[in-house]
Amino acid sequence: MKRLILAGAMLTLAMAGVASAAQTINAAGATFPAVIYQKWFEEYKAKTGVQINYQPNGSSAGVKNLTEGTVDFGASDVPMTDAQIGAVKVKPLHFPTVLGAVVITYNVPGIATDLKLSGPTIADIYLGAITKWNDPKIAADNAGVKLPATDILVVRRADGSGTSGIYTDYLSKVSPTWKSKVGAGNSVSWPVGLGANGNAGVAGLVKQTPGAIGYVELVYAAQNNMAVADVKNANGKFVKPTFESLTAAAAAMTKEMPDDFRVSIANGPGDKTYPISSFTWLLIPSQIPDATKKKAITDFLTWMLADGQKEAQGLQYAPLPASVVAKEKKQIALIK
Amino acid sequence: MASSATAQPGFTNSGIRKLSHRLRGGDEIAWLITLLFAASVLIVTALLIAELWYGSTAARDKFGFGFLTSKLWNPVTDEFGAAPFLYGTVVTSVVALLISVPVGLGAAIFLSELATGKWSDAITFVVELLAAVPSVIFGMLAVFTLIPMMREWIGPALKSVLGFLPIFQGPVYGVGYLTASLVLSVMTFPYIISVSREALMSVPREQREAALALGATKWESTWQIVVPFARLGIMGSIFLAFARALGETMAVTMVIGNDPSIHTSLFASGHSIAAVIASSFAEASGPIYPSALILLALVLFFLTLIINGVARLLILFTSEKGART
Repeated sequence: MKRLILAGAMLTLAMAGVASAAQTINAAGATFPAVIYQKWFEEYKAKTGVQINYQPNGSSAGVKNLTEGTVDFGASDVPMTDAQIGAVKVKPLHFPTVLGAVVITYNVPGIATDLKLSGPTIADIYLGAITKWNDPKIAADNAGVKLPATDILVVRRADGSGTSGIYTDYLSKVSPTWKSKVGAGNSVSWPVGLGANGNAGVAGLVKQTPGAIGYVELVYAAQNNMAVADVKNANGKFVKPTFESLTAAAAAMTKEMPDDFRVSIANGPGDKTYPISSFTWLLIPSQIPDATKKKAITDFLTWMLADGQKEAQGLQYAPLPASVVAKEKKQIALIK
Repeated sequence: MASSATAQPGFTNSGIRKLSHRLRGGDEIAWLITLLFAASVLIVTALLIAELWYGSTAARDKFGFGFLTSKLWNPVTDEFGAAPFLYGTVVTSVVALLISVPVGLGAAIFLSELATGKWSDAITFVVELLAAVPSVIFGMLAVFTLIPMMREWIGPALKSVLGFLPIFQGPVYGVGYLTASLVLSVMTFPYIISVSREALMSVPREQREAALALGATKWESTWQIVVPFARLGIMGSIFLAFARALGETMAVTMVIGNDPSIHTSLFASGHSIAAVIASSFAEASGPIYPSALILLALVLFFLTLIINGVARLLILFTSEKGART
């Protein structure tokens, strides 16, 4: 009931905003890139006077608002499906903005850093097939480390989230059992474990509970100096999640990049690739009838791909590889 | 009709004069405005039911009454059932009351019968303060203190003494039904205290005096005369606390573990209706998922409506009985 009232209040506010200022552009969606988006929009306003309001209400909500036509453009951590695109009146274009990663955080008594995990092992832990920290499968990847016989407590998100979307997409790619039993999505039916709300909730529960394992966004883990696991990539190398290994993950996928940018880079090729990574996208309508709005949005995209990218690392986001930027610049021309 | 019209001279005058005359008095305006306000309560309630009813159409069509008993909750395959949430909501609320009713009733008896005026006033003030604390604060307190306590002390202690019962078995992670129940018990007992205290204080003095005159001790008069006399009011307070516990959202989602499945053990994690709506609604997509959450809201609405209705009737019944004696 609270939600409905809140939604009503927000709708009223949004409508008031539309009525008062013509030069205002409204956008909504993914929470993960919200920090950099808000910084970008702020700077863009200082430069051009065009105000872009961004409401970080979640990836699914971003797609929903775009479909309903309540925003000028959306944002999402997960690319839209064909069915979702079909439901929108004007076909939306996907513009990758920065890279995100999901990192594995843990609380294993006696192991402070550098735990190594491979994809199938992580999937088995989240399927409930591996229940002890000293399981032979975990030990095989951590030679020389004394693993305790502690029970593993699986922690995952209780709320629907793009973070879970990226994570379950990865698990589906590395584990056929996960793919058939659970699947990928922003909300899934988790076989085991406890649910916590938001990155902070997952991090808090993991920190508190000996034996716990959880997953959070890289930005959150970096800001809070959390212990994160090295994950084995498709080339068999254990890689730490860093800006470099994320950008490497995107660069390695350039050849296979489809023209509409709807691609999952999870478990991609490359020695330096961190495997649980993803683009996050802006969803821009391919036709913008209002000429002023169209110019403002295309100008913003051009600026974001040039100057905007330089700010990414300062805010703990991984910038796009040059090859993707070049390809995206061509797509801007498709906005009619 | 005719006789009442002639009794009021205003009714025989011309229309305009009648209206201005009536408006000048202010009574009619006040009547109209307050009627409007009163009606708005009904309108809001009706809108709420309509909104929940139409919003849940897709889920109602797909699942029907099977929704109430299905244990599935899979957003990927669009299969939803309310059973784990109904179970979690009812179990946490009932266990919470098992704790808060004895404590709350004991405190109410002390405050109305045994405490001196100063003490009673001071404690009542704190109880009212406790009732006004936002639930998220109880939730945070629980995350930082109750969850570790549950994992380190309460859980192991219960397991060693009552471990033979299926409800106290399995691993203790700190979050789960029992932790949620403890938080809810702290949140509900101020309600039980204040309403029960009112009920006990409304018991006529003569009842107590008669009992004492017949040679009863103070405690005998309280326990055998005063408490049974106020029993309906006390029951009303319990139902109010129950309704409050059923609808509690934030504090529950922070400590229950948010696991949509049914477990016998109170140490295990579960989920509640209000908690799942709050945590999943914003990101729910597709045609069925949001609709299933709205249907859950409708289920919760009717559950609380029934509890509240019963409580209202009971309170009405007590006050009538009190007035008659």
